[in-house]
Amino acid sequence: MAVSQLVGAKIHRREDPRLITGHGRFTDDLPHQGVVHLVVVRSPHAHARILSIGVDAAKKVPGVLAVYTAADFKDIIAGPATFAVAPVFAPNKLTNPPRYPIAAKEVCYQGEPVAVVIAGERGQAADGAQLVDVEYEVLPAVMDIEEAAKPGSPKTHSDQPDNICWDTTYVPWEATDEAFKTADVVVKERILQQRLSPNPMESRVVMADYDSFDKRMTMWMSTQNPHWIRLFVAGALGMGEHSVRVISYDVGGGFGSKISPYPEDFIVPACAKLLGVPVKYTETRTEAMQNAYAGRGQIFDVEVAAKKDGTLLGMRLTQLLDAGAYMALFSAFQTCACLVAGGAYHWGAISSRSQAVLTNKIPTDPYRGAGRPEATHVAERMMDLLAVELNMDPVDLRRKNFIRKDEFPYTQNFGLVIDSGDYEKAMDKALKIVGYEELRKKQKELRKQGKLMGIGLSTWIELCGLGPGAVTGPATGGVVLSESAQVKIHPAGGVSIYVGTHNHGQGNDTTHAQIAADALGIPMEQIDIRHGDTNEGPGFGYGTYGSRSLAVGGIAILRSCNKVIEKGKQVAAHLLEAAEEDVVFDHGKFHVKGAPDKSKELGEVAFAAYGQLPAGMEQGLEAVAYFEPPNFVWPFGTHICVVEVDTETGAVDLQKYVAVDDCGNVINPMIVAGQLHGGIAQGIAQALFEEMVYDDESGQLKSATLLDYAMLTANEMPPIQLDNTVTPSPTNDLGVKGIGEAGTIASTAAVINAICDALSPLGIKHVDMPATSDRLWLQMQRARGASSNGSNGKEARK
Amino acid sequence: MKHKVSTTVNGTRREHEVESRLLLVHYLRDVVGLTGTHIGCDTSQCGACTILVDGKAVKSCTMFAVQAEGKNLTTIEGMAKDGELHPLQQAFWDEHGLQCGYCTPGFIMAAAYLLSQNPNPTEDEIRQGLEGNLCRCTGYVNIVKSVQAAAKTMGGAKAKPAGHAVTAGGE
Repeated sequence: MAVSQLVGAKIHRREDPRLITGHGRFTDDLPHQGVVHLVVVRSPHAHARILSIGVDAAKKVPGVLAVYTAADFKDIIAGPATFAVAPVFAPNKLTNPPRYPIAAKEVCYQGEPVAVVIAGERGQAADGAQLVDVEYEVLPAVMDIEEAAKPGSPKTHSDQPDNICWDTTYVPWEATDEAFKTADVVVKERILQQRLSPNPMESRVVMADYDSFDKRMTMWMSTQNPHWIRLFVAGALGMGEHSVRVISYDVGGGFGSKISPYPEDFIVPACAKLLGVPVKYTETRTEAMQNAYAGRGQIFDVEVAAKKDGTLLGMRLTQLLDAGAYMALFSAFQTCACLVAGGAYHWGAISSRSQAVLTNKIPTDPYRGAGRPEATHVAERMMDLLAVELNMDPVDLRRKNFIRKDEFPYTQNFGLVIDSGDYEKAMDKALKIVGYEELRKKQKELRKQGKLMGIGLSTWIELCGLGPGAVTGPATGGVVLSESAQVKIHPAGGVSIYVGTHNHGQGNDTTHAQIAADALGIPMEQIDIRHGDTNEGPGFGYGTYGSRSLAVGGIAILRSCNKVIEKGKQVAAHLLEAAEEDVVFDHGKFHVKGAPDKSKELGEVAFAAYGQLPAGMEQGLEAVAYFEPPNFVWPFGTHICVVEVDTETGAVDLQKYVAVDDCGNVINPMIVAGQLHGGIAQGIAQALFEEMVYDDESGQLKSATLLDYAMLTANEMPPIQLDNTVTPSPTNDLGVKGIGEAGTIASTAAVINAICDALSPLGIKHVDMPATSDRLWLQMQRARGASSNGSNGKEARK
Repeated sequence: MKHKVSTTVNGTRREHEVESRLLLVHYLRDVVGLTGTHIGCDTSQCGACTILVDGKAVKSCTMFAVQAEGKNLTTIEGMAKDGELHPLQQAFWDEHGLQCGYCTPGFIMAAAYLLSQNPNPTEDEIRQGLEGNLCRCTGYVNIVKSVQAAAKTMGGAKAKPAGHAVTAGGE
């Protein structure tokens, strides 16, 4: 590779000018001649039988063009298998109820579509929707996941045998019998992961236009995943993929919630076909909160066995996952928590099992981190609980058990190979920055004054860069998650690069251009990076999720550039009258080995490539590359949080947050920092504020607006100090690792460990998320009351 | 029933007939055709639709279009002038104050008002001044930095007025 010029530099984002001036191309911003508006009539009940749907009054509303129910779609959207077109990532599928985009007989979550109203103006469609008269027979709502798992529980779907969605034991309990038999200490904890609403600031928008003469469907939508959506929609509507075009230019955040298909992704194009006019659906925030695939929603029961000196002998882990009303496309990816909960440490043995149950709530699916924040929270909470039990400093316990830097590549307990790491280095750097020793001294002083200050560590690791076919293939029924890129060098030297990943805030248009500019030895300005249009570029793109746009997509770009250079060498050999094997490419120029002064620029070669060439040589200078990664990449780091908990109110004051992260080689440090800031903020928000709250009886979502759901504002964000170490990944050509999810993966554990450390003088060992002041106040009250009667002060749980 | 409404949007006179229930944000987006002002919620929490009404930051989902009669409105599209970015826009670019960019117009408009009232805000004042705006991507770190940088380039106490409406509408 040429000496790096742009890779590693703080390059300002090329996507910004349109976004800061109000000229973004978000789907709802796109003008479209003659478009009509669709409003969805949704079930107000979590679980009910549909007795009848009256549409006459709605049809009479001025401006209303049509009112459709499930019956109207049966000839246009393929049977109840629509969502099962997608390979469901389930290790052991059990009860997997069929899902049709619009309910016909039974609604299974609040917000499930039952009818749609289409009108010339959105307000008219909303007026019509108010008048659709649906008669329901309310059925019991299954809300509690432990109850739902029991035999004889009321059923989420009345026609299904039970609520067990999957049940997989990865390593049986016997494997850890010895560890627990010989252990000096065993610590146990139940760790909750509350349901979260992903809440990208842009809700989903879908617009479709059907050309009935050429039989082509064009869809504009807010998705992370245009090619997958094209595949599903084409399948469901019985169209060839060549006839369906999905366009997704600017997307206002995704965080995982815009990966999988939604009912409206099928309904809107179907309506465009039925009516013969372009149709648009714009989701409201409340609809988004009721319908966007939720994150987390899990209970972990964990046991850890160790020796007196802190040596980790074994872990037993059960994940009970709230799948919601249907198994979402990638929902089973969250089981990866069971495979990586060992974290950064050596373990004698780990047993784990994942069970998912259906409930009458919106399905869960990956949300920033997906399985890995849960795993980190388990690993890091258990380390601190063990440290308390052993009366050891949590730093010493971690250091004692870390996988050492000379052990990489390291095959962990589940056979996954951790590519590289230097966990102590990152931890030591973070400890130094935060001033750990002094903080512990200060803590002693403050405790004497009755103050509750705590320090929490999270020495996180992450598996990302989805993903190697050898691992993902068996889980997906053979679907691999590689990535594609196409490079076209036009005759006058301009370069268009089409990527299969998607950019919705990650800055890929910039970092991808940095990679290509270095590879081709030309200025970035000569390169256009294009994403989000299935009619452009390679045959398939795998989309953006799992921190893969750089570690997988970036490598595909590099490889497609290298392919183009190889073709360029043939053309240059002709121009330089030399043998192809004697031509070298360096800094944007081709020359004969040993004669750099006689060279041809890439642009000259491109021009020649489209002209007359020797017999047998094809015109053109373009290439497609697919990259299937040989392994995941494994970023890591140490986050340290310092808090003080108000002894009277339970309010948490985040005083300091230090993060030292390692994502291998850095393409653009400004963008890496931004990804960490946002990721940490989302983790802090989970730790302290956010929770989807349902009514236990009726199944109503009580936190369905931003008034009720506590998003973090600028006021709650603590000062963050970032630093890094660089341990390049040995498994890809750029030595890079993903960083988009790292902040979220690391931060909940750092915050909760700090709070638990702060509350430890009261005998409190564990707190649940979100650690709101009322919850902590209650827990402190109980601990103070209980200190005389010997209870550990743990908050009672349902 | 339709009503006549005349406004000045980014320095240009606009006259339309609108329904009573039409929100100002929908007026700007769907009638005037300025889609830079975004909608992020239904309950006036997110601030994505913030614009300046006679120089004051207003969440344009909290007003009906008819209430804007005779007002000077400045939207994100009115901030750059003569091909030059407003210092706040430049600062958001320089300081990586945006990621997906959806909330950005609202933040820039809210910050413009903040700086018009307090040209030299402390970090806490910036955070408090922007608490009506939500961002899911940045953790606000670089948004705060962007506003600090803009305050500096705008010359502290001698802050330039933000956009057309302030100059026209007056304080």
